[in-house]
Amino acid sequence: MVRFGGVTAVGGVSFDVAERQICGLIGPNGAGKTTLFNVISGIYRPQEGQVRFAGTVTTGMPRHRMAPLGLGRTFQNLALFKSMTVRENILAGAHSAGSAGFLANALRLPRARAEEAAADRRARELIHLLQLDAVADKPVVDLPFGTQKRVEMARALISQPKLLLLDEPAGGLNHGEVDELAELFQHVRRSFDLAILLVEHHMSLVMRVSDKVVALDFGKKIADGTPDEVRSSPEVIRAYLGDGHAEAAHAA
Amino acid sequence: MSAIQDAPPLAAAAPRVSTARRGVWLVLGLAVALAPLWLLESFHLFQLTMAVIMSLAVLGLNIVTGYNGQISLGHGAFFAIGAYVTAILMAQADWSFYATLPFAAAVCGMVGYAVGLPALRLGGLYLALVTFSLAVAVPQLLKHRALEDWTGGVQGLFLMKPEPPAWLTARVAITPDQFMYLVALVVAALCYLLAWNLIRGRIGRALMATRDHPTAAEAMGMDIAALKTRAFAVSAMITGVAGALSAAAVEFVAPDSFTFLLSISLFVGMVVGGVASILGSVFGGLFVLFVPNIAESISRAAPGVIYGIILIVFLFALPEGVAGLVRRVLARLGGRSH
Repeated sequence: MVRFGGVTAVGGVSFDVAERQICGLIGPNGAGKTTLFNVISGIYRPQEGQVRFAGTVTTGMPRHRMAPLGLGRTFQNLALFKSMTVRENILAGAHSAGSAGFLANALRLPRARAEEAAADRRARELIHLLQLDAVADKPVVDLPFGTQKRVEMARALISQPKLLLLDEPAGGLNHGEVDELAELFQHVRRSFDLAILLVEHHMSLVMRVSDKVVALDFGKKIADGTPDEVRSSPEVIRAYLGDGHAEAAHAA
Repeated sequence: MSAIQDAPPLAAAAPRVSTARRGVWLVLGLAVALAPLWLLESFHLFQLTMAVIMSLAVLGLNIVTGYNGQISLGHGAFFAIGAYVTAILMAQADWSFYATLPFAAAVCGMVGYAVGLPALRLGGLYLALVTFSLAVAVPQLLKHRALEDWTGGVQGLFLMKPEPPAWLTARVAITPDQFMYLVALVVAALCYLLAWNLIRGRIGRALMATRDHPTAAEAMGMDIAALKTRAFAVSAMITGVAGALSAAAVEFVAPDSFTFLLSISLFVGMVVGGVASILGSVFGGLFVLFVPNIAESISRAAPGVIYGIILIVFLFALPEGVAGLVRRVLARLGGRSH
């Protein structure tokens, strides 16, 4: 449960994401999606309840410990490292996969070199997979929004997360780009051994790619199931379309 | 662009310079660095020695402020501490200069780490003020009566620069000034190499990532507190080594050589040379040492005004520092991607 002052932003929500599952988290504006996302990714500490990841309780854990556990994430409004190139951004994502510290790096000890070579190799693969070859050594700020989103995805994937948290990945993308994104999710899940938790406004994208959908409204879970089950849930229809439409929509 | 994509795997993250070209640069750099030994007489060689030392001090500042984004207006304090550790050990305990270097680095590293701790809670301008107060406090502490037995109080301490070793003097004629220049050059080159290695790898990226976007950096598994305090320690260490070299080169330390103006001019040097640039630090050091002299040769009455004018011209003409200019020129010459 998360309260801001006297307002309960999210309460009594419980759900699971299985291994290799794509789970969509939906809800109208103000439903508590972002709050819940921030709890899961460790930005907020809930007053009650806990988040478990692969058997470890992650609530209250320092944020930099999450990535080494296998939790990767992207940000709603892009959070790239602005002074760096595409490749450097992606390599920065490999931080949690390495351990060579100040001394090992300054002296270029074999361990640091091996880590660097491994990160380079994976960055190259991801640059290829996400079709960033042409811009790999360009400063990331010079790129269009859609491309920057792909860079962020590559940066999250390079540490080989077990669960990828995506905060509104389709936000700001045009129709064609959303279609590409849907294909990318399928592709990523096929080639990486990971589950995806997706917070998204774009309903058709969520319904198309998700194995499971969780719907929130007013900080409560109102539905949880396959896309079809959630789509036909009267609660969800009411939340999105208002009371009068529930019967009609259900009948249709 | 196609040449870039075909680069061999290991060279991918480093700037793509072919081995042959790197060799040419190395020889050229060595020639430029060593030529003054024969070209300059003792006073100008001494000045150049000090410029090398200032470049090293600016490099230290660049690690924490340029690359990690923590503003320090107090690096003169680390410079002073490094100088005094060497001076005290040489003058009071008869240590050899070389033996004092790692000791000065270690002491400055520890002080830097300690300063880095409050820096975790104070960002931006507040940190600038805290470090500024350090720069103001250290010269006064060095004068303080409780430390006078070690530091020599207001009078300071005299020491001798390292003598050229017998095996060297037996083969070539080398004056102590020339030798001091060589020592400064070798120590500085070594520090530059280590800093370059540090910056281009995992830790360097983490330092810059923490500066660019702390929340995202944490999500990548970067421990911001550890990175920031260690960056401060490493930075203080490098500037401290520069201070140690300066004590030997000047053969004298006194509290008034390390006023807060030193901290400010190191900061100016970093900005003029190029923020977050290893190469820029070299130019920064040259600026720190030579521009005040040039200003004084133009106007004895108001060198500060001339200095100000030169500084403003630099900032307008080279907004990304001298390093930015060098990058642009190289890009135009080679048609390369930077």
